Amino acid sequence: MNRSAFATPRVTIQTADFDLSAEVAALRAGHKGVGAVCSFVGTVRDRTKGSADTISAMELEHYPGMTEKAIEAMIDEAYKRFDILGARVIHRVGLLQPLDQIVLVAVTSAHRGESFQACEFLMDYLKTQAPFWKKEQTPQGAQWVDARVSDDAALAKWGISASNAG
Amino acid sequence: MQVTVKYFASIRERLGTGSETLDTHATTLQALRDELLARGGAYAESLARGKSVRLALNQVMCDESAALVAGAEVAFFPPVTGG
Repeated sequence: MNRSAFATPRVTIQTADFDLSAEVAALRAGHKGVGAVCSFVGTVRDRTKGSADTISAMELEHYPGMTEKAIEAMIDEAYKRFDILGARVIHRVGLLQPLDQIVLVAVTSAHRGESFQACEFLMDYLKTQAPFWKKEQTPQGAQWVDARVSDDAALAKWGISASNAG
Repeated sequence: MQVTVKYFASIRERLGTGSETLDTHATTLQALRDELLARGGAYAESLARGKSVRLALNQVMCDESAALVAGAEVAFFPPVTGG
């Protein structure tokens, strides 16, 4: 019997959509010490900051291998910093449309505070340290999305200095 | 020695390639980048030091001071924009 077939991985990079309810159910299953689940879902908007253009599609590229390693390391760091019981990250790649789900971060803990914090920590970390790149399709053509300095600032509040956008 | 160099996103598009294997005498990422810049053209443009270029060595983010060894996987890419 292949036991690993029954274990849910902590990190999945996929083109397919995901089901929040199913993922949360799997994360909680059998864990009677869990008293809190916090999840974040990022979705594709049809507008980009500072532009009137409508986005018709978004393409997500990543660095296979490094992406998974980087997010695994972030989850390890979250376990060190917060008293959490489980964590799950799914990030989609490939061609996405407005309204599509892009990313899921879900965390479980005994009490809500640790889950809320770890979920935000993982998202802040992922935004500036995981090798994904977005390209937006607009009526004016395709353009790569610029990194935002505000995302570096978000990670800095956890005491981690990153200069991704800078 | 041989190393693998990968390029992603806008840099990959500009160079027209996502990966190459090359022979180098460089012992640091800085020296390797210098070799690539010396090719001129799209390499000199997209890897210029004035540009925001991120580096990874063996799939971990690093800076130019990192030491290069045979068989290493180096990557050059723009700031990341996932999430």
